[in-house]
Amino acid sequence: MTTKTHVFDRETLNAIVDGQSESGRTALIPALLEAQRAFGYLSEELVEQIGQDLRVPLAEIHGVIEFYSMLYRRPVGETIIRVCTSPMCAMVGGEEACTAACDHLGVERDVPSQDGRFMVEAVECLGLCDHAPAALVGDTPVAGIDPREPASWIASPEEAPPGVVDGDLRWLTARCGVIDPTDLAAYERLGGFQALKDAIKDLQPEDVVETIKKSGLVGRGGAAFPTGLKWEYTAAAPGETRYIVCNADESEPGTFKDRALMEGDPFSVIEGILLAGYAIGAKSGYLYIRGEYPRARRILSEAIGRVRDAGYLGENILGTGFTFDLEIRSGVGAYICGEETALFESIEGKRGFPRLKPPFPTTHGLFGKPTAINNVETLCTATWILANGVKAYRAKGTEKSPGSKLFCLSGDVERPGVYEVAFGVQLQELIDMAGGVTGDLQAVLLGGAAGAFATPAELHLPMTFEDLQAAGLSLGSGVVTVINQERDLMQFLVSLAHFFAHESCGKCFPCQLGTQRQLEIVGRFAEGEAKKGDREALDDVGFAMTNASLCGLGMTAGTAILSAVKKWPELMAD
Amino acid sequence: MEDSISLTIDGTEVNVERGTTILKAAEAAGIEIPVLCYFAHTTANGLCRLCVVETEGVRGMQAACVAEASEGSVVHTDSPGVQSARKTILEMLASTVDLSEAPELHKLMQRYDAQPKRFEGGKRRQPEMIDDNPMYIRDYAKCVMCWRCVQVCAADAQYTYAIDFSGRGFNSSIGTFFDKPIPQTTCVFCGQCVGVCPTGALKGKREFLFEQGVAPEDIFQVTRRNGKNQRSLKGPHLDRGG
Repeated sequence: MTTKTHVFDRETLNAIVDGQSESGRTALIPALLEAQRAFGYLSEELVEQIGQDLRVPLAEIHGVIEFYSMLYRRPVGETIIRVCTSPMCAMVGGEEACTAACDHLGVERDVPSQDGRFMVEAVECLGLCDHAPAALVGDTPVAGIDPREPASWIASPEEAPPGVVDGDLRWLTARCGVIDPTDLAAYERLGGFQALKDAIKDLQPEDVVETIKKSGLVGRGGAAFPTGLKWEYTAAAPGETRYIVCNADESEPGTFKDRALMEGDPFSVIEGILLAGYAIGAKSGYLYIRGEYPRARRILSEAIGRVRDAGYLGENILGTGFTFDLEIRSGVGAYICGEETALFESIEGKRGFPRLKPPFPTTHGLFGKPTAINNVETLCTATWILANGVKAYRAKGTEKSPGSKLFCLSGDVERPGVYEVAFGVQLQELIDMAGGVTGDLQAVLLGGAAGAFATPAELHLPMTFEDLQAAGLSLGSGVVTVINQERDLMQFLVSLAHFFAHESCGKCFPCQLGTQRQLEIVGRFAEGEAKKGDREALDDVGFAMTNASLCGLGMTAGTAILSAVKKWPELMAD
Repeated sequence: MEDSISLTIDGTEVNVERGTTILKAAEAAGIEIPVLCYFAHTTANGLCRLCVVETEGVRGMQAACVAEASEGSVVHTDSPGVQSARKTILEMLASTVDLSEAPELHKLMQRYDAQPKRFEGGKRRQPEMIDDNPMYIRDYAKCVMCWRCVQVCAADAQYTYAIDFSGRGFNSSIGTFFDKPIPQTTCVFCGQCVGVCPTGALKGKREFLFEQGVAPEDIFQVTRRNGKNQRSLKGPHLDRGG
């Protein structure tokens, strides 16, 4: 058998791998991504060369390419059309749009067109739920794709507008949509970088930690761990080298608040990372942005350049002796990398398998060093607290859930978007803020695919960690997906189950096998073909995943579906 | 003793050295916790979760092979919850891969009354057997993804890095660089992967042929003559300067 040799020019590849052999494995994924960009796909010859240059075993590179959805070892189209078929988009025609795109181009999914120009993929949540149904055409996010007119958004994709950012408490989002996001002078004029200047000139790192502890800030990525404690533990961990990592791998279906912050106010993200870095004694940090967010990556990369030019990054920042640098890392299509330890593995150039905990990142994190890893919104909130004080922060919200929160309203509401409010507003108020339900309310998914369903009888619930927990719900990353009576809730559950089956990393057995079995059983119920005992089997699968999985993804892969059958037993009655 | 801790496992008080896993602590108390991916000579990864136990006051279950026993903890290794999780995991596994050559797992399935039939009709992993070298066959329809072969091929033993993972999630498998046949990889035919495989997915070619009823003289023909001069050209070679 002879295989056609993929031609790549050595000079271009040299420019990509040059000087990287010393960096070791961590240089692998950036090199693969750049090589893919330069040469179209990762051919055997190309990967072999990269492996030799970076000194990484070929079988392991194979494992890495196979893990990530956005790395390709076979030819792809010049432009990849990624149509979102996750629950929020599926509800409003994502599947139909994907099929229409294929029909229009005369291709099957995942197969490049004859002329090599296009390839259509059905992908999981793109974080464009406020623009559903949405697609990513090449690097262009496209809103409201029309299944009837695929030609228009394929041939000349129009970049989606920033999206609605609103609410009645504009703390973190004050500058979103108001200033040019990469205009540093405008950011500074509106108070930007004052917190950083004050901190590195007048405060000790432990004072910064203390302030955040007193504020009661907890993580906004979903797990709600106290941020001040995380910083304190990391600062106290033995060792010279420490890292701050900003988790911008926002992949929870229905979540797009971090995208809004990164695209609308990138400097506050950077300022938050610097403040955290100063607080924990880190000299360098990473900002890991999901691969499906090319626009956020572009804006942040420009913003980092501006900040570096202005002297806020690098050696001896503002003459204070504080030295810090920041690198952007791009995700490559894997929900699991939002799990903190899987994200470290990914930065280290490996498959995104979550690690066993303990040890925890605060002592054994990125490259085995003490690491604080925080969500984008968490860091922006820390910036706000350090600029405005604990008292101002605690003046809003509740005792246990102080301050403001960004909620992502999507689905059947009049004005989907990001809404910033004080903790404690009722779910009903939040929905009203987004213009109310279109049609009659059937259900609300809170917390995303890993969350749980609320019924129309629960709209009075105050949106706080404590109230939702008491009601058996979860605030998660702030997802509020509204579903009206016209939607087929079973189909929604099928797409949720599909999401987890697609995104399970495969490391531990309960999740690897359970997400597949869950999809099959929910699918049978949706088709009216359930077998006797399916309901019990579904409960058992959910129980095994929830209790016996290795990481948070597995532990929550069954929660939304279990909550649905609990609230609407008739959906899946034996 | 400062390095010693005390805990209760299934009602029995046990004293063990600090840092001991729950699995080993239970062993010391004469309590056997079932395992699958755990193997004394490879790094424990806590993948199969068959060894999960419950600890009072701790959320979820812990993999006993990697979780450290902690002072004063009260551990239940066979609670109804634990039994249910083990039963479901075994059922899902048996409905996914061919466990016909994994007698230990059959015993466990009996013990937990596992009924794989519950998941019948679902997707299975049934790739064709790969017979691409004179030393061993790879029948990944029997592979449970315990990782042991990948571990011994890499940093747990041989540092050969001939095999790694393919795919993700349910569709995970063990693969080689660009799915190449073993003779074209860095495999040195040390045989360790075959030795650690718990389910017969990897098997010596001779053993496999014997089982098929092939005569010894014919086996020699297949495993020796046909494999002559077949050698990997990839990766470092000492005779080419490393």
